[in-house]
Amino acid sequence: MLSQDEIDGFAEEGGVSPAAPAREVAISARDVSLVFQTGDGPVQALKDVTLEIGKGEFVSFIGPSGCGKTTFLRAVAALEHPTSGQLLVNGMTPDAARQARAYGYVFQAAGLYPWRTIAKNVSLPLEIMGFSKEEQASRVARVLEMVELTGFEKKFPWQLSGGMQQRASIARALAFDADILLMDEPFGALDEIVRDRLNEQLLALWRRTGKTIGFVTHSIPEAVFLSTKIVVMSPRPGRITDVIDSPLPPERPLEIRDSPEFIEVAHRVREGLRAGHLDE
Amino acid sequence: MIRNALAVLTVVAGLVALWYFAAMPMNIHTALTEAERAGAVIDPPSAAERRDLGGVGLLLRNPEHALATFGQERPRLPVPHQVVEELWKTTVGVRVTSKRSLVNHGWVTLSATLLGFGIGTLAGIALAVGIVHNRAMDMSVMPWAIASQTIPILAIAPMIIVVLNSVGLQGLIPKAMISAYLSFFPVVVGMVAGLRSPDTSQIDLMHTYSASPSQTFWKLRLPASLPFLFASLKVGVAASLIGAIVGELPTGAVEGLGARLLAGSYYGQTIQIWSALFGAAILAAALVAIVGLVERLMLGRMGMAR
Repeated sequence: MLSQDEIDGFAEEGGVSPAAPAREVAISARDVSLVFQTGDGPVQALKDVTLEIGKGEFVSFIGPSGCGKTTFLRAVAALEHPTSGQLLVNGMTPDAARQARAYGYVFQAAGLYPWRTIAKNVSLPLEIMGFSKEEQASRVARVLEMVELTGFEKKFPWQLSGGMQQRASIARALAFDADILLMDEPFGALDEIVRDRLNEQLLALWRRTGKTIGFVTHSIPEAVFLSTKIVVMSPRPGRITDVIDSPLPPERPLEIRDSPEFIEVAHRVREGLRAGHLDE
Repeated sequence: MIRNALAVLTVVAGLVALWYFAAMPMNIHTALTEAERAGAVIDPPSAAERRDLGGVGLLLRNPEHALATFGQERPRLPVPHQVVEELWKTTVGVRVTSKRSLVNHGWVTLSATLLGFGIGTLAGIALAVGIVHNRAMDMSVMPWAIASQTIPILAIAPMIIVVLNSVGLQGLIPKAMISAYLSFFPVVVGMVAGLRSPDTSQIDLMHTYSASPSQTFWKLRLPASLPFLFASLKVGVAASLIGAIVGELPTGAVEGLGARLLAGSYYGQTIQIWSALFGAAILAAALVAIVGLVERLMLGRMGMAR
């Protein structure tokens, strides 16, 4: 995606360095609970979730199915509404934050519109938000370059591989310059090799842009490799069992996964997941 | 390609052959009566006895008269070449303005079909949009739309014509209304399915952009529904043609394919009936093909052609 020099250059030019301590709060949750009313009675999807995410952090949510990790991300995006507790995004309610275009959301399925070319897909949010034609064109060019899809503007989604489609959907979420990126298992449907490459690219992108990223995943190595903070969750009711601040350095080549530090963090995540299960 | 064409031609040839074989026993009674009048000796000689015999039996006892079943003026079952000949005579063989011209009759029916198809399609789309966006409409309109299609069109067509006639509408409009009555339904069903086809994450995506309902409609629901719409339009256009033909039956219309069918049955002109039937079938096939072509062009341009 970018050479190391370029990345370092960006950091120096004022990009938020991931190593710097996060001062401002991007997302804060206090005693957030969320109950779904289903045909089989109420289901407690989230129970007393308290969490603070600083600006520029890369936070992964990990846990088994039904632990509420996706529900929490959707609540941040105002796609679900907490039944109690307080949830603030950039100091606003999730609904107000959405109106203020505080975040871009990337779904598990790329969800590109098949009748739109890649460029038109990326400009979809810009059209809706009323950007001028020239602004749309320049932004589309810029974000497509960021995800290395320059030259694919006129292709239709079905002409691209799964990984490329997911990159296009990330570009779409970046197009309107939200400073928070919410990603719900974006690489879950891709094979290991493609996934590794996309993870590297995502890290580079994060360092380059200094965005706050909330990332839902099933994969322990993925969570440890990407995150500055790992939130371990467990199901029934959905709750946080552990929050791990990663000691890994901001520079993370793929080989870091063989380092003792990496293995130690992964071990702690696994312990956290197991503890969540023992509670049942 | 050539192998496919060969297979199709084989099937068609088989059907035509079957048709000729079926015509022999069906037409043998009258063929034998005519032959007897011309002085031939028939087995059995009495017409009453022959009436009690089956067509196949008669045919086996008088095989020399088999070919006479292919050339009658009013056969029970006209054979393909008679129908083709009649079709040729009434399309290419006469002036378009002539009362006998099938092109003329076809145009009368086609104009009602197209008007009805247009009305039915617009009404169907409008209803579908209402059903998808309004829960009350969803619960109140859909049952009536389904109920409307359970009433035989033959029963309701005369009523529509009488009612519209009492308010001074005659000719094209009542036929088009019957046509629309039949064609709106597939459009409603297909369009509702199409407008609801975007999955949750696509709808959620629009939500995260704070898109208005009309933006969601124009940018997501409508384009997503087009493949469904075209599938419905193919059914709808064929139904429209049926509606227009049925609409010509109870009025005693003198023009149109329906009128042609009715007149043929009044006067026992079986060849005329069959040629009108084939005219209608050819017209329907052409209409469906045109809708299919528009579909290919449009979805192709949208990158959705398969």
